[in-house]
Amino acid sequence: MTDPIRELTAQLASDPQSLVFLELGEALRNRGQPAAAYKVARMGVNRYPELAASHDLLARVLADQGDRHAAAEAWRRVLELSPGHIGANKGLAFLAFRAGDPEGALPFLESALGAAPDDEGLAVAVQRVRAALDGAAARATAAAEASAPSALRGAEGFEPFEDARGVVLLDTQGLRLAGTVEAPDGSDVSDAVAAHLQGVSREASRAARLLDLGAWESVTAESPDGHLLVLPPTQSTVLLLLRDARVPVGRLGLIGEQAARAARHWLERLA
Amino acid sequence: MRNLGEALERVTRVAGIRGAMLVAESDGLVVAEALAEGLDGAAVAALAASLTLRLRRTATSAGLAVPQVVQLRAERGTVLSVPAGDDLLLVAVAERDANLGLARLELRQAAAQLGS
Repeated sequence: MTDPIRELTAQLASDPQSLVFLELGEALRNRGQPAAAYKVARMGVNRYPELAASHDLLARVLADQGDRHAAAEAWRRVLELSPGHIGANKGLAFLAFRAGDPEGALPFLESALGAAPDDEGLAVAVQRVRAALDGAAARATAAAEASAPSALRGAEGFEPFEDARGVVLLDTQGLRLAGTVEAPDGSDVSDAVAAHLQGVSREASRAARLLDLGAWESVTAESPDGHLLVLPPTQSTVLLLLRDARVPVGRLGLIGEQAARAARHWLERLA
Repeated sequence: MRNLGEALERVTRVAGIRGAMLVAESDGLVVAEALAEGLDGAAVAALAASLTLRLRRTATSAGLAVPQVVQLRAERGTVLSVPAGDDLLLVAVAERDANLGLARLELRQAAAQLGS
């Protein structure tokens, strides 16, 4: 059996101007390779900046990675290029719901329904959200989440945000829960990193406590060729991000906070 | 030893720095210190050395070079550690509101001064 991603990659290599990147990016998302999907989507946007579908792909990848702000920006660009775009409206509705703003999501759901009046799922979602807004906001959130694009549901959110250098979520025993980390040479070092990080949470916690510094928030290690950030999304997990040394440590901290929030959402969904 | 005292003083002059110390990386023992009252030098040294070693191993396993700065950030302050020559770490404890950018700069320059 042939590997569709390999085939699509070969097609794109033989014809870099083709739109096959859209299919390839989606296939990579579905296979759980967000970093590679991001590269393909970014390349597509650079090559076809006026093509709504290229921004839509990028938005979905960014949403997978938990970067809601950038995803919303990309979907808004889709709507500029293609007013009424169903996917963009659904995506923006989804982001609004995830942010606890069902009222903000409603106009996007209504726009999507306007463009696809036969979509029963959307019609039900709009009805439910309207009803829920009259009553409990919490019910509105649940109703709209049910109407969100299926590809966006689930454990999205803490893969690399900007490059392929990775992020990994570990339990307190050093076992990997999700994510991957690659060395600069491209090799997967996730498990090795996980093993060395085992106990870092306990150690950082102990250090902060003994020095009367309160709870620990993060540990950063800056090497000439890369920066590591370790932080505890929950008491029983540790998140590690690895970024190129060109990413300033202050910015890495912000990326880490986003990743930690996404990890907590993901863990809540698993619970 | 004058060089050592100057290096520590250079770091502790930064506003918000509660203390600086030179630590033997392999055993976490204090080589020299300039700490504010209430800071347990032995504890700072041991914990900073241990955490730095763990992060160094992690970085190496990720294919990275030896970290030049390790920083533990907590609710009420930060611990900074930089290599300062053979088997030595220069460590500083900062308050929450300290100028960490300046502290890092001074730490690195002081470490270079010690290593020269």
